[in-house]
Amino acid sequence: MSSRHKSVETRYLEERQRVFGSLKNLDRRSFLKVSAAALAAAAANGLVPPASFMPVSVAHGAPEATDAPAFRFAYISDSHLYAKDLNDRFARALMRAVDDVNNLAPQPDFVFYGGDLAQLGQSHELDLGAQILKNLKAPLKIMVGEHDWYLDMGAKWRSLFGEPTYSWDHKGVHFVVLMSVVEKDFWTARGLTPMQRMQTVAGLDNGVQSSFMVGPEQRAWLEKDLAKLPNNAPLIVFSHSPLYKLYKNWNFWTDDADEVQAILKRFDRVVVIHGHTHQLLTNRIGNIHFHGLLSTAWPWPYAPQGMPELTIQMSRPDPFNPNDGCGDGEVHVHADGLVDKIYNLWNRNPITVAKGYTESGGKKCVPPKPNRPGY
Amino acid sequence: MSPSAKVLAVAVTCAIVAGLVFGCAEEGTRPSAAQTPEAIVADHMAQWKARNPDRANPWVEEEKQRHKIQPSADNADVLKGEQAAGQTYGNYTQRDVLVWARETEKLVVEGSRIFHNAGRLGGTVGVSCDMCHPDAANTHPETYPKFQPQMGRVALLRDMINWCIQHPVRGKALAPDSPEMRALEAYIVAQRKGEKLDYGKH
Repeated sequence: MSSRHKSVETRYLEERQRVFGSLKNLDRRSFLKVSAAALAAAAANGLVPPASFMPVSVAHGAPEATDAPAFRFAYISDSHLYAKDLNDRFARALMRAVDDVNNLAPQPDFVFYGGDLAQLGQSHELDLGAQILKNLKAPLKIMVGEHDWYLDMGAKWRSLFGEPTYSWDHKGVHFVVLMSVVEKDFWTARGLTPMQRMQTVAGLDNGVQSSFMVGPEQRAWLEKDLAKLPNNAPLIVFSHSPLYKLYKNWNFWTDDADEVQAILKRFDRVVVIHGHTHQLLTNRIGNIHFHGLLSTAWPWPYAPQGMPELTIQMSRPDPFNPNDGCGDGEVHVHADGLVDKIYNLWNRNPITVAKGYTESGGKKCVPPKPNRPGY
Repeated sequence: MSPSAKVLAVAVTCAIVAGLVFGCAEEGTRPSAAQTPEAIVADHMAQWKARNPDRANPWVEEEKQRHKIQPSADNADVLKGEQAAGQTYGNYTQRDVLVWARETEKLVVEGSRIFHNAGRLGGTVGVSCDMCHPDAANTHPETYPKFQPQMGRVALLRDMINWCIQHPVRGKALAPDSPEMRALEAYIVAQRKGEKLDYGKH
């Protein structure tokens, strides 16, 4: 976890990003310069393709495009950490995501963590997560997930990260983080121990638990928090579960989603970003644009019913590659509050769900469709 | 022992045995003649459980509360029409149909318990099948056998189960005829009830 040494992959990635970053801003004259330099390099190597990317610096001449985002933030989500000596794969995956984000140049304004840092909410799991996330260079904003909460009802998580419901303003955009995984008490009547309660909630298909909700207290808080904002204010809301009703059996669902959506209805446009579903997921309900987050641990299959029309499903992950279908990503926020959502899939080409796609109801900026269907 | 004493002894023994077996020796707990066979069975079972709370293990009911189990086929049709007297096939009672459903369900439910439990899978990294396959989604048992390029050979469902147990679960492969493998196959196949068989599909 030391940041003093960089792996071969990290150094390669940095070099590659430097080159692509500078290529983006080329005008014709610099392009010729780069081509000449590349040609010279190839010639110098006896026309053998270079073993690595040529670290050629170019002058940044081209003006920014008019639809450039106002700012960017990165995201990491759903790492489901066990103790490092029990399961090293999940810990390594989170470290890889931290490496990815630290390699972004320029650095994002902040990094958003989407919840389910731990698998069973245990102190040592959350400590491990906090320790790995400390290596991030950009400031961290974090949301709680049900896996972090139901062993001690959030005591440890709060001691590390503070209250789970909060809001802040950044460059003219209002951000809100909700704790959307409140469950009705199913454990007392059954006489479950805290660990049994945690394991019940940790099973996605476990029918003993209740449905997720935001609850009346947080809804009242949300209303008050948004009261000062005009209807055209750019607004981004984070919730661990999707703030709409997709598939109840797996809690791809928030029970009081309609009530929360009603609070958001008066705004011109709202972006809701959620974790929990571990997959590419896009939806739009009226003025609200929904985006899912990728997991670093494992991808979930798509729900057998209720798929939103706008979602372009990623083709099914390859079980023979433990990283396939996992990843992290970036969110490019535009001045009006809408976002380009970038899914940085570790074993595939990155996919951008652009602002224009949800804005046009799926008519423009259509992301590439996968070549393989799911089951 | 006099003959009458012998008869009495036999009668008392019979009554005790009957009481043990059927659990309804006391007067007043006998089912009425109007009850259906299922109701009589359920009634007897409820009485036995009430008397033996420490021996009753409702694992099937508990697992069915936790995880959705697709019901097995309804075989009530075989009781309709003419029964073929004297033949094994085509001469069924309601009891047969009940036994089939209950025993089949038990195997499937046991499979669900193993599927959702890293310890029983022999896993060493806390990973169980349901973490990637909630409700056995994306297991597609209807597509086997098929050539798995990653394995370089034709795989049956059990080969893929064992691959998952050895890799993401990091356990030891199960013997193909082990009780765990039989139960896992039963659960996975049961969850895809109604899917068209399409072997070889990728």
